[in-house]
Amino acid sequence: MPKNPSIKKVLVIGSGPIVIGQAAEFDYAGTQACRSLKEEGIHVVLVNSNPATIMTDKDIADEVFIEPLTPEVIKKLILKVSPDSLLPTLGGQAALNIAMELEECGFLREHKVRLIGTTGKTIRKAEDREAFKETMEKIGEPIAPSKIVTDAMDGLAYAREIGFPVVLRPAYTLGGSGGGIADDEETFMEIIQNGLRLSRVGQVLVEKCIAGWKEVEYEVMRDGNGTCITVCNMENIDPVGVHTGDSIVVAPSQTLGDKEYQMLRNSALNIISELGVEGGCNVQFALHPESFEYCVIEVNPRVSRSSALASKATGYPIAKVTAKIALGYHLDEIKNAVTGKTFASFEPALDYCVVKVPRLPFDKFISASRNLTTQMKATGEVMSICTNFEGALMKALRSLEQHVDSLMHGDFDKLSDQELKENLHIVDDLRIYCIAEALRRKMDPAMIHEITMIDRWFIDKLNNIVEMEAALREAKELDGELLLKAKEMEFPDAVIGRLIGRDEAYVKNLRRNLNITPAYKVVDTCAAEFQAETPYYYSCFGSFNEVENVSEKKKIMVLGSGPIRIGQGIEFDYCSVHSVWAFKELGYETIIVNNNPETVSTDFDIADKLYFEPLTEEDVEHIVELEKPDGAVVQFGGQTAIKLTEKLNKIGVPILGTSAENVDAAEDRELFDRILEDCCIPRPKGDTVFTKEEALEAANRLGYPVLIRPSYVLGGQGMQIAISDEDIAEFMDIIQRYAQEHPILIDKYLMGKEVEVDAVCDGENILIPGIMQHVERAGIHSGDSISVYPARDLSPKVKRVIGHYTELLAKALHVIGLINIQFIVYQEEVYVIEVNPRSSRTVPYISKVTGIPIVDLATKVMTGQKLVDLGYEPGLAPESPYWAIKMPVFSFEKIRGADISLGPEMKSTGECLGISKNYEEALYKAFLGAGVNLPKHKKMIMTVKDADKMEAVEVGERFAALGYEIYATRSTCKYLKDHGVPARRINKIEEARPNLLDLIFGHQIDLIIDTPSQGIERSKDGFVIRRHAVETGVTCLTSIDTANALLTSLESSCREDLSLVDIAQLEKEIEESSR
Amino acid sequence: MKAFLILEDGTVLTGESFGSAREAISEIVFNTSMTGYLEILTDPSYAGQAVVMTYPLIGNYGICMEDMESGRPWPGGLIVREYSKLASNFRNEMTLDAFLKKYDIPGIAGVDTRHLTRISREHGVMNGLITTRENFNLEEELEKIRAYRVKGVVREVSCREKRVLPGEGFRVALMDYGAKHNIETSLHRLGCQVTVYPAYTKAEEVLADGPDGIMLSNGPGDPKECGEIIEELKKLFATDVPIFGICLGHQLMALANGADTRKMHYGHRGANHPVKDLKTGKVYISSQNHGYVVREDSLNRDLAEVSFINVNDGSLEGIHYLGKNVMTVQFHPEACPGPNDSSFLFQEFINMMEVAKDA
Repeated sequence: MPKNPSIKKVLVIGSGPIVIGQAAEFDYAGTQACRSLKEEGIHVVLVNSNPATIMTDKDIADEVFIEPLTPEVIKKLILKVSPDSLLPTLGGQAALNIAMELEECGFLREHKVRLIGTTGKTIRKAEDREAFKETMEKIGEPIAPSKIVTDAMDGLAYAREIGFPVVLRPAYTLGGSGGGIADDEETFMEIIQNGLRLSRVGQVLVEKCIAGWKEVEYEVMRDGNGTCITVCNMENIDPVGVHTGDSIVVAPSQTLGDKEYQMLRNSALNIISELGVEGGCNVQFALHPESFEYCVIEVNPRVSRSSALASKATGYPIAKVTAKIALGYHLDEIKNAVTGKTFASFEPALDYCVVKVPRLPFDKFISASRNLTTQMKATGEVMSICTNFEGALMKALRSLEQHVDSLMHGDFDKLSDQELKENLHIVDDLRIYCIAEALRRKMDPAMIHEITMIDRWFIDKLNNIVEMEAALREAKELDGELLLKAKEMEFPDAVIGRLIGRDEAYVKNLRRNLNITPAYKVVDTCAAEFQAETPYYYSCFGSFNEVENVSEKKKIMVLGSGPIRIGQGIEFDYCSVHSVWAFKELGYETIIVNNNPETVSTDFDIADKLYFEPLTEEDVEHIVELEKPDGAVVQFGGQTAIKLTEKLNKIGVPILGTSAENVDAAEDRELFDRILEDCCIPRPKGDTVFTKEEALEAANRLGYPVLIRPSYVLGGQGMQIAISDEDIAEFMDIIQRYAQEHPILIDKYLMGKEVEVDAVCDGENILIPGIMQHVERAGIHSGDSISVYPARDLSPKVKRVIGHYTELLAKALHVIGLINIQFIVYQEEVYVIEVNPRSSRTVPYISKVTGIPIVDLATKVMTGQKLVDLGYEPGLAPESPYWAIKMPVFSFEKIRGADISLGPEMKSTGECLGISKNYEEALYKAFLGAGVNLPKHKKMIMTVKDADKMEAVEVGERFAALGYEIYATRSTCKYLKDHGVPARRINKIEEARPNLLDLIFGHQIDLIIDTPSQGIERSKDGFVIRRHAVETGVTCLTSIDTANALLTSLESSCREDLSLVDIAQLEKEIEESSR
Repeated sequence: MKAFLILEDGTVLTGESFGSAREAISEIVFNTSMTGYLEILTDPSYAGQAVVMTYPLIGNYGICMEDMESGRPWPGGLIVREYSKLASNFRNEMTLDAFLKKYDIPGIAGVDTRHLTRISREHGVMNGLITTRENFNLEEELEKIRAYRVKGVVREVSCREKRVLPGEGFRVALMDYGAKHNIETSLHRLGCQVTVYPAYTKAEEVLADGPDGIMLSNGPGDPKECGEIIEELKKLFATDVPIFGICLGHQLMALANGADTRKMHYGHRGANHPVKDLKTGKVYISSQNHGYVVREDSLNRDLAEVSFINVNDGSLEGIHYLGKNVMTVQFHPEACPGPNDSSFLFQEFINMMEVAKDA
């Protein structure tokens, strides 16, 4: 059936801020779907609270609202824009939940908005536990038996019935806290009693344990005519027990025979048919490793992280096809854009092996438990493609950018055999390296399988890699045959060199002489059966090359930003994609290199050519040798791309924009100090050090507190505020866990207002779209601060100085393109604290709220165009009549053991926007978008460090005035009372009960303000409070400034009738208002 | 040991020998299925051909003998990128390498199978030689390779004697032109008593057993070579006994009704082919294995209508004979390997027999 003509205006709901479990994949899906809808002439209205996304660009939809994703806001939006349809399946669980709520309360029916792509009935059948169970029983699909209990003895009776081991999951606790696996009755009672206490509703789910079974996923599609296909299946290397988002995953499945493959495929198609999904759907199975027994773990009737992975793994654009199906098309009417010949109704055939490896945040959360469970912890992932599993895995590992380039990692070589064997029982992100070491010591693969339950086939493949290591180590002379074999397994030259006792250059030369170079193959959805039109490539050795260089155009290579991690998020993908678009517009042939399957940049129709490859020097050099680009762009790909600058220079690829030397100058302390001096710009006093002794000396000379951090890092990784010699000693140890090529920086710490600008410089003039001011005082990482544009309380003089300094610095560093500068304003004096001659995390946000296409301009000036010719007046752009507030969003509840207190090291995973002409409303919207929407019990706990006590009084007064009941620990309580704030004393954790924890577990507290003292906290009290707050879903603030901002938003009267702002119209409005 | 694949256009690809070291000339065809190598190897339709698996990792789950689609493997060779030395599956009985050695089938690994597939796609299907001899004379070998023709294969793969698979339900005569095992299993599972007849059995003999329905199986080779069988099919068609044909059976029935077949450029071999039911518009993913196809323009429209088409290339995938209880399909509803999406056709066949019986 062709398109349904009655669908004219569609509302698409995005997924909101990036959090663990809901990341960039929804920007990819949403962007693809919106473009697909627009291509059909549909008027698209988009709402998403996340300003860092590409989908919220004014070019992607006709009307764009960056507003909090709550049912109330969406209702209001529907009344405002009157869509005829709502597409809820592209914005993850967030969008699905809202759509469901609007459907159930009758709002959609009342306003004649139909759900397309899925029905309320479908969502209910898939999402509601009982309805799902019933549906599965009806069609005879097995699920793991489970029951919700409110009483420990009932639970035990049920556990006996289904047999041990069982899994226990407390309802409404976050991060899997209070749950666990019970092997016997004793542990069962222990876990369930604790779980019942932790659960806000006093419920625990008791479920048959299927840990150790194979975990297999199917991505299936169905159209309105009932045609169903499978896009791809995927097998988790880590068996059931580890969340699929945290598992190493391979596509297609490797250890399933056709009988198992078809059995699960049939089941997936049965399920999607019974649910009546129209579009993409994900079905997760557990398959018994030694029988045909299986059960359905979960069904997601929408696009998902897995569907993004499946799209990239196969070349089949699931989101695009889902959008077309929602409009009424049948699968056999939708062209396969990759082949241009076949249709969306066929199943992709892969002729390569895909491996996905999760990017886990344990480098950021050193205190966190590395254990992997059914609660996802990964912030991002990498994917790689090769003709063999070994090669795909090796490529994926080095794509992670975690100082890993082989299976030799993790210090397991230092363990005794016994320790190593015990270590195999630990399920964490290092397990694969532990297995490799066990294989190196010739431990029995059967034993490793029994402990880990990882399929023998995968263990054998790891063994192949380990055997190759040994062969290289033992090789007296590296011959061509062995070298080729090693390269076919994707051993980097540097690793081969290390193993044979030579350097990388030796291996590279030998390889050149022997003509061992990679070939590039096409991902074409059809295993070469049909000619493909879309150039989507991966490398492999020992093969025939397929890449054709036919274009006459000038070629530009844009380097992507790799996996999403804290500190380097989706913002950089936004920048990369916009840069590609700008180059295309200028008539260049564009090449993108990236390895992140969740992103828009790795969609096959963004650049002219897509290389799905690791972003290492060697991998990029291979592509350069083949493509011979006329230039490369590194300033949009975050630190990942910047790190490649030197190499690109060395191999003769011109870097467009700011030169490598000047990138260096900004990072090199001495050079940079000289520049500041020449420009007469003050900065907090500081020094560079290499050793602990030097660090101590410098800190004492500067006087505490000081900021300490390694150079060349993003997101303030390893950055800390030190208040004592002990702190310095401890931080230096942490930083020096990895060999530091560059010096460590120590600066005097000034507690002033933190201000940030992004600017475009064309070599002659600069354009500053806007000045942003942070709500939190200096000391909290800019990415974790609430950011306000336009700056709220800077004097005109300070603004002028900031503009002037920005111009001086941009020129002194010969910036062509983007520059990001962070300032501290301390007693009306402006200090520079950091300069980054590249794109920053605030670029998408500030582009959207000022209407100035920053990346587009930056790209064009790199090719020699001038701002003036592009129609922009140099200097500070006119201020918007809107307040635009960027609110950080955290995923602390997902990471057990992570400390949530904010400091100079970035911890947030995402952001959302609050925009309004009224400051209080903007703030309110920003908090709302971040999920902070308080009043319920109006009970709070305050426990603040001494330095904050004075300011805490005002905070306390304001909360009390709002009707809050305040509990406080001894000294805070005394101080508040002494200053006339009503407060109740509550015991600290180590004191007698009832104490703080009892209060938290009473599930009556809505808010905790806990400001930890600087430096490393000696007492674990605060840490424990904050963790329990997070895990029971209590809002916890660790800065007085944030608390004040929250108060401002709570006190405002605008909460009832929110205004909604169409971002697509903003530029025009700002222009008009500045006239 | 090194092995070589020599194609009739002179291309020589070098790899590593596995399985048997025997030398064999065959027609080189590629299959895009990602699983099911054993089912493919034991599908008699591959007699006279060597199979290139486009999926690069083959043999991962070893050999589960109960999944064999006939008594032995038929291809003249197996060409893979990489074969797994370790077989991992709870039902596994031996490695792929051991299996090929056992049945004396030559294998060649380490070949860039994607490259080979592209050559086949562009050039069309070609003959090739798998050999472990390093000092071959290319010109001499090419002459032999080019002269090779797939011939007389139906007779080679069909059963020698009639046999009966007992059942309580309908009695089905299965004409074995190289039948995959799951055809009789599918019918048997629906309660049928299946009598399997050698390909060249006379129609009279089959009819004398009084079958409720006749099943025409898949099989290898050029359908036009099977003149004698076609003559028998004309007789079967003339009766009112319901007939269901698959693959070669489908082609032979078309030829028996005056239609024509042609050799395809490189055929359809895989587990992902979309076929559209023209009655409902619904698309099914099918398992396919054919190098010949019924020419749609040769179909007598007074006699027959197209029931299924291939969504990829629009080629003919199924015929319904007007006013007759006869349906035939080009694809494989018996799957193995591949999706079972069209297995409902066996039930339709049962329904046809029911209707015929009532009438």
